[in-house]
Amino acid sequence: MGNLIGKSVKRVEDKKFITGNGEYTDDIKLSRMTYASIIRSPHAHAKIRSVDVSKAKDAPGVVGAFVGKDLADQGIVGVPTGWQVNFKNGDQMKEPPHPILATDKARHVGDAVAVVIAETAAQAKDAAELVEVDYEVLDAVVTASKAMEAGAPQLFEDVPNNVIFDWELGDKDSTDQALANAAHVTKLNIVNQRLIPNAIEPRSAIGDYDPSRDQYTLYSSTQNPHLIRLLMCAFVLGLPEHKVRVVARDVGGGFGSKIFHYIEETLVTWCSKQLCRPVKWTAERSESFISDAHGRDHETVAEMGFDSNQNIVGLRVKTIANLGAYLSTFAPAVPTYLYGTLLQGLYTTPAVHVDVTAVATNTVPVDAYRGAGRPEATYLLERLLDTAATELGTDPAELRLKNFIPPFDGVDQPGYQTQVALQYDSGNYEAVLKKALEISNYEQLRKEQEEARKEGRYLGIGFSTYIEACGIAPSAVVGALGARAGLYESAAVRVQPTGKVSVYVGSHSHGQGHDTTFAQLVADYFGIAMDDVEINHGDTESVAFGMGTYGSRSLAVGGSAIVKSMEKIKEKGAKIAAHLLEASENDLEFAEGKWTVKGTDKSVGFGDVSLTAYVPHNYPENLEPGLDFTSFYDPANFTFPFGAHIAVVEVDAETGKVEVKKYFGCDDVGNVINPMIVEGQLHGGIVQGIGQAILEGAAYDAEGQLDNPSYMDYAMPRADDVPDFELERTVTPCPHNPMGAKGAGEAGTIGAAPAIVNAVVDALQPFGVKDLDMPLSPQKVWRAIQQSS
Amino acid sequence: MIPNDFDYQKASSIDEAVSLIAQGDEDTKLLAGGHSLLPVMKLRLSMPAKVVDVGQLQELNYIREEGGALAIGAVTTHQQLASSELVQQKAPALAQAAGVIGDPQVRNVGTIGGSLAHADPAADYPGAIFALDGEIVVQSSDGKRTISAKEFFVDLYTTALEANELIVEIRIPLNAANQNSCYLKFPSPASRFPIVGCAVALHKDGGNCQEVRVGFSGVGNAAFRDSAVENALNGQSVNDQAIANAAAQATDGVDVLEDANASEDYRRHLAKVFAKRALTQLA
Repeated sequence: MGNLIGKSVKRVEDKKFITGNGEYTDDIKLSRMTYASIIRSPHAHAKIRSVDVSKAKDAPGVVGAFVGKDLADQGIVGVPTGWQVNFKNGDQMKEPPHPILATDKARHVGDAVAVVIAETAAQAKDAAELVEVDYEVLDAVVTASKAMEAGAPQLFEDVPNNVIFDWELGDKDSTDQALANAAHVTKLNIVNQRLIPNAIEPRSAIGDYDPSRDQYTLYSSTQNPHLIRLLMCAFVLGLPEHKVRVVARDVGGGFGSKIFHYIEETLVTWCSKQLCRPVKWTAERSESFISDAHGRDHETVAEMGFDSNQNIVGLRVKTIANLGAYLSTFAPAVPTYLYGTLLQGLYTTPAVHVDVTAVATNTVPVDAYRGAGRPEATYLLERLLDTAATELGTDPAELRLKNFIPPFDGVDQPGYQTQVALQYDSGNYEAVLKKALEISNYEQLRKEQEEARKEGRYLGIGFSTYIEACGIAPSAVVGALGARAGLYESAAVRVQPTGKVSVYVGSHSHGQGHDTTFAQLVADYFGIAMDDVEINHGDTESVAFGMGTYGSRSLAVGGSAIVKSMEKIKEKGAKIAAHLLEASENDLEFAEGKWTVKGTDKSVGFGDVSLTAYVPHNYPENLEPGLDFTSFYDPANFTFPFGAHIAVVEVDAETGKVEVKKYFGCDDVGNVINPMIVEGQLHGGIVQGIGQAILEGAAYDAEGQLDNPSYMDYAMPRADDVPDFELERTVTPCPHNPMGAKGAGEAGTIGAAPAIVNAVVDALQPFGVKDLDMPLSPQKVWRAIQQSS
Repeated sequence: MIPNDFDYQKASSIDEAVSLIAQGDEDTKLLAGGHSLLPVMKLRLSMPAKVVDVGQLQELNYIREEGGALAIGAVTTHQQLASSELVQQKAPALAQAAGVIGDPQVRNVGTIGGSLAHADPAADYPGAIFALDGEIVVQSSDGKRTISAKEFFVDLYTTALEANELIVEIRIPLNAANQNSCYLKFPSPASRFPIVGCAVALHKDGGNCQEVRVGFSGVGNAAFRDSAVENALNGQSVNDQAIANAAAQATDGVDVLEDANASEDYRRHLAKVFAKRALTQLA
């Protein structure tokens, strides 16, 4: 329609952020505000004999102090998970309660035990030190495979062996058969290590109970305001939903960690009611490390079989997933529906079977983190592919090209039905790999590698070709899988009398650039200026409903809801325009912000039509005034972006340090609204993938203490850890949403980690190193070289 | 993130600062750039009753040649040292160490005196101070005294500084070896503190090593001079073989730290690698 789709329009939200005018939850100051300090367990596993808050209550400025029993006495059990997975035998998964404040036991370092509320944050902090908790320390278990063993410490009375559920997908018999008959089997033991998300803004929540209206407002740094309201009202506090408003203003990054309903949100809401005053809690960074849901943490045995022609014949995967001490909102879905279903990868593998056991341990709960299940699936597939290529003496690119699913557009050719439930929408996998080979000048890279080895320098080239499921998700499908909510999206498009457009969308923005991308979409559709469009989100009072921003779903699902509402406006606008032009609707065309009678210069502008809709003096009969539509969009399928990444690393064999020298990628995220924003998403995602590959990893000791609970010890990627990225895109539109968009938020993270690890293992081939677990710290790499040579 | 309550006093002169700490009260802390003290206060690992701020004292902020030494005021920032042509010329190891501390924000605020007083075993400066044979001048109400690096750095976070003393100056002798010095570090991926920091000052004459001083940061409980490397190279013709032999002696007889970044054997190995690299760079 217009000329804004596909343009790298600068982000309209950046000015406020870079001039310090963003409004984050902690910036909000309400009158009579009080401040909460949470007392957290220093032990990973301990009986709580008693909690004494009496001294704290007497401390200066303190207005209240509460313990777990105070909530339990009001019948508040705890926060639920949002997904259900059944055991293989059909039994419902174990779902032990996650209390707001622990009562009988603390189950991880950081488990909340009591809260102290005071007039100032400093007074709350001082008083918190006066709370006396009598713990009886118990043995702890932090590793999932150990937690399943006989005799392991038990977290809950009714969760034998700490097993929350076991689950499988795919055909076990045919897979076993395929592997038994395979000419070659590549097998890897893989640890996908636990990561700590580290959004730049620590979580914050303000509960504000208004006794005059008996209404609650929760301000929270969340990706997911409506779902938080639903969960908190219906499942935690039993509050009437129409009496509760949840507001998520600017949110400083989430990466998944702010999807979930956290105990602190319920706690400040409940405390505010008890005290009839607003209660604010903002995490300290050290608190974030032990209370934000962590990511990944899988132990996997993966086997891939090949026939004598190097065709993949089967994939068998056995994974133990660590869910931490309690079930977080998405936790059961991550190692199952978001992981097992992606194990087809880009390959024609005719037999796939995955077996997952989910286990509770004395660690911070684990949940979705950028990619959520898909990085874990891709990592094992792509490590298998590069390892197999080495074992089979073939080139890793050739091996992939040989096994790719052939191109299909999902329109003339049907979608691709995998062995693991999903049907891919459209794909052209060889195109992305060929493009990546071309831009990386792959043959030249191999020559450079050979030359470098002669000089005693160790270059490595690693591949990763990935597919992911985005645009989460068709409600019926996820409902059948165990989601306790539908994953549609809503959008209201309200054309004001003057032709300015207010959009209310369920997709919350916390870095994704919705204020720009959605405005481009709307301005382009109506042929108006972007300045005439305002995108509103993050407030349950103004937005009809939203299922949150995650899973690269905002454009594919939220954007589609906007398009649906815009279509209704265009349709109604045409009726008004036809009336004004005294023409038939069928003779009108809409372009450049006006309706024109075809073949004439008679036209009426968008603003004239909107004004008429609100001042309906000269107006079609039987047509309601106003130009305002709300739509809900429930996608027909997931979307399936894909891509090929190639990393070039150099390993300093003397120190073990890995340097990422070059990084190439060709990604296909379908049609693109704003290429700059997509590229930014890919850059950030790749940096996070590199972070997992060489830097990050939560380190728990055997007692359950986190050994790297700060930036002194937990290594986050920085600008000088990464090279420039050379990225290209191909475009294979999604066939089932109106924009043909697939999603780009997680692609980089999914693609990067295996490419880096494959490159390092490739670099170390002269030393005979075959496998390394992330993160590839200098010491680990150096030791592998020592042990192999 | 919220320290306990404390009194804050800003000193307007060295004399006032010294008088404010004259009681030698362990609960009184000196504040300069704040990059060591404030983080531990925010974590409540340190809970001083009184903080005396000397960070803005211009009489402690200078870099000059004086009496055969480079004299550096205690609140000179890392950035001032890193960018000083005088330091780059007379004691490049010190400029290089200053230039790889933290990030630009840290370097613009953190001070050399503050860093030395904190005595983090993994701080960058101490290895360089050892290699450059530097001295630390401290002042109390009783007057001034000058402390050698060896006496100053006692142990982890422990120095010879008394509670009533303020570091006022760092002195680096002007000599040929110091002029041919360098600092190399292998940083922790997380904190960017050195896992191994190696400073070397080398004076060659006619291809022979006349004087070599090797200092390590991050390797032991405190920084140290590595006499094993020095003895192996002193008087020798400086070539690849001699450097390799000397570097292979690094950390001999020294207790080496072990932590999540580096086991003892790995850290010893890195010390040898960086001794070799630093010597090679200067040869």
